Amino acid sequence: MKNVLELVYLIPLLPLIGFLINGLGRKQLSKSVIGIIGSGVILASFVLSIFVFMQVREMSSPFIANYFDFINVGKLKIPFAFQIDQLSSLFLLIITGVGFLIHVYSTAYMHEEKAEHFGRYFAYLNLFVFSMLLLVMGANYVILFIGWEGVGLCSYLLIGFWFKKQEYNKAANKAFVMNRIGDLAFLIAIFWFILKAGTISFTDVFTAETLAKLSGTDITVITLLLFVGATGKSAQIPLYTWLPDAMAGPTPVSALIHAATMVTAGIYMIARSNVLYSMSPLTMNIVAYIGLATALLAATIALKQNDIKKVLAYSTVSQLGFMFLALGTGAYVAAVFHVMTHAFFKALLFLGSGSVIHAMSGEQDIRNMGGLSKKLPITYFTFLIGCIAISGIPPLSGFFSKDAILLSAYLKNPVFYGIALFTALLTAFYMFRLLFITFNGKFRGTHEQEHHLHESPSAMSIPLIILAVLSIVGGFVGVPEAIIHGGDKLSAFLSPVIAAPHEGHEISHSKEYFLMGLSTALVLIMIMFAWSKFKNYQRTEATGFGKVLENKWYVDELYDKIIVQPLHKLGGFLKSFIENSVVDGIVNGVGKAVNYSSRQIRLLQSGQVGSYVLLMVLSMLLVFVIQFFLRK
Amino acid sequence: MPITYYILLSIALFVIGIVGVLTRRNAIIIFMCIELMLNAVNLLLVAFSKMHYARAVAADATAGSDGQLFVFFIMVVAAAEVSVGLAIIVMMYRNIHSVDINFLNRLKH
Repeated sequence: MKNVLELVYLIPLLPLIGFLINGLGRKQLSKSVIGIIGSGVILASFVLSIFVFMQVREMSSPFIANYFDFINVGKLKIPFAFQIDQLSSLFLLIITGVGFLIHVYSTAYMHEEKAEHFGRYFAYLNLFVFSMLLLVMGANYVILFIGWEGVGLCSYLLIGFWFKKQEYNKAANKAFVMNRIGDLAFLIAIFWFILKAGTISFTDVFTAETLAKLSGTDITVITLLLFVGATGKSAQIPLYTWLPDAMAGPTPVSALIHAATMVTAGIYMIARSNVLYSMSPLTMNIVAYIGLATALLAATIALKQNDIKKVLAYSTVSQLGFMFLALGTGAYVAAVFHVMTHAFFKALLFLGSGSVIHAMSGEQDIRNMGGLSKKLPITYFTFLIGCIAISGIPPLSGFFSKDAILLSAYLKNPVFYGIALFTALLTAFYMFRLLFITFNGKFRGTHEQEHHLHESPSAMSIPLIILAVLSIVGGFVGVPEAIIHGGDKLSAFLSPVIAAPHEGHEISHSKEYFLMGLSTALVLIMIMFAWSKFKNYQRTEATGFGKVLENKWYVDELYDKIIVQPLHKLGGFLKSFIENSVVDGIVNGVGKAVNYSSRQIRLLQSGQVGSYVLLMVLSMLLVFVIQFFLRK
Repeated sequence: MPITYYILLSIALFVIGIVGVLTRRNAIIIFMCIELMLNAVNLLLVAFSKMHYARAVAADATAGSDGQLFVFFIMVVAAAEVSVGLAIIVMMYRNIHSVDINFLNRLKH
């Protein structure tokens, strides 16, 4: 299998081919053919990724595949190249693996669509996978950025997939615009890099001599700009509000793009640039603060949401905040670990919610559900596993990754740990609130819905089961050293890419056990509390503080007030005053002046020969007078 | 004879021409007045030429008769102008049976 790395170009190429076939042939191909092509290309990429992963385990230096010069101007040379190393191969597995399951799930979930739209859906989905693979395989920031923009575009297309509903289009626009704000910062960072360092290939950038060219300010500015880019893509404060609205897209899209892969692009990018970030303590602190604030804010909002997908969306924002907290405290491996486990259980939860929505004929409001556990046993059990995993109960995957993050937060600052632990408790609470309201108690929907309730087809339930298994076992790759010596395989695997954190203060094993036990015990108490509160949920109106949370802290309204409306006003002012009065005034004024003066001058052309002659004589006299007086 | 007399005569002729052009409506009279103005200028040119002839030749043997040459030139141009102008007037008379220039304002329509 030596030459498998020579074939890495196939990994992104196959989804691209799938995109072209499905996109161009969507009117001719039948739904089953589209589904087979769409899922098949991803499966092929997944198989290749596994071989690549096997190969990469033994490599100590990254494999670079150079294809052609993407940009070659003067001294600047940007090759179109792929870089395969431990970090990218891990992401390849997540993207193609989870992506494949979600493709399979989609064949059943989207089956109601017309063949044409079905083809369009799979074309977008394949294009997304292609872009995401480009993003993680790119050997320099420019290729990464191409993928970065590509996933943003696909996200836009898929959020607005049901484009006949105007509010969905608005959600798509919102996502796109907010992402663009971050992308601009990313682009400036790239330009800054080129200006100061002259190169942007990862292998060249992260060397001592290149880094010596950059001053401390340069590094801080570049890392901050990159982080702003990451806040856009990964939905952090202040650019997070697009992600909950992005739930307008089909549910499998939410699972793949807005939970498992695309939103983790920011984490990937920062983990990839970990050498730079480690050199700028200021940026690290900002990343940690933003991550922590986002995690807490989103978790509080999630407590009071009633839309099943909105809860999961805020939960995603909150978990992404956890990952940024890990990055900011220098625990890059923990962040990547959480990306991986989060991809499993959040994709599982989203697909589970999709299964519920499917069974409820499109209903998304959990207040109208209840008692679904008997009718949807597979969905219920897998959803339960997802909830346990995300809450962080051992030995499911979420426990290990969240524990790694909490530990690094504790080492950095016990206050961070306190807030992060509190957020983790909130996570457990709102996830089990969601579970109990949806699956326990009495059914609260209409009779028609109740009659129609059914377990999802196997194309949907099998991916759920696989993801549930992964959610259970996914954490074992990163068992803390304290429990099993040498259990933290992930750190060892990623060590060539991500240098091990070299913090001074070690923590004793007994203290580590205590922290784990504390968080687990508190989470269990939280779940009991949620059970007592929501096992027989009755519809109530939120009041007081709950109302503030239900309305998402009024952040959207705040943005509307301080950004959108002033911009609208400015636009209105420019339109009504600058455009109408000034610009049109000048243009029309010139026209009017010419018109008026020619109207007046026309009167001289009377046809009276006498007046012509008189004028002629008078002007001759005038010429003489001018000559006479001005000659000197 | 002092040059002043020539100048005064020229001015008189020229002013008569201008006033004639401005006040009369008969195209032929206007035409004659224009000729009058041209000849007033001719007279002045010849008078000045005669006056400065000796001094100009003293400075440059080939110079001195520019003024008189101009006069011939003006006469030629005037002759050409007369032929064209009279032709126009004839055509005008054929069309409107009048040589009153106030009828000419219809040209603009």
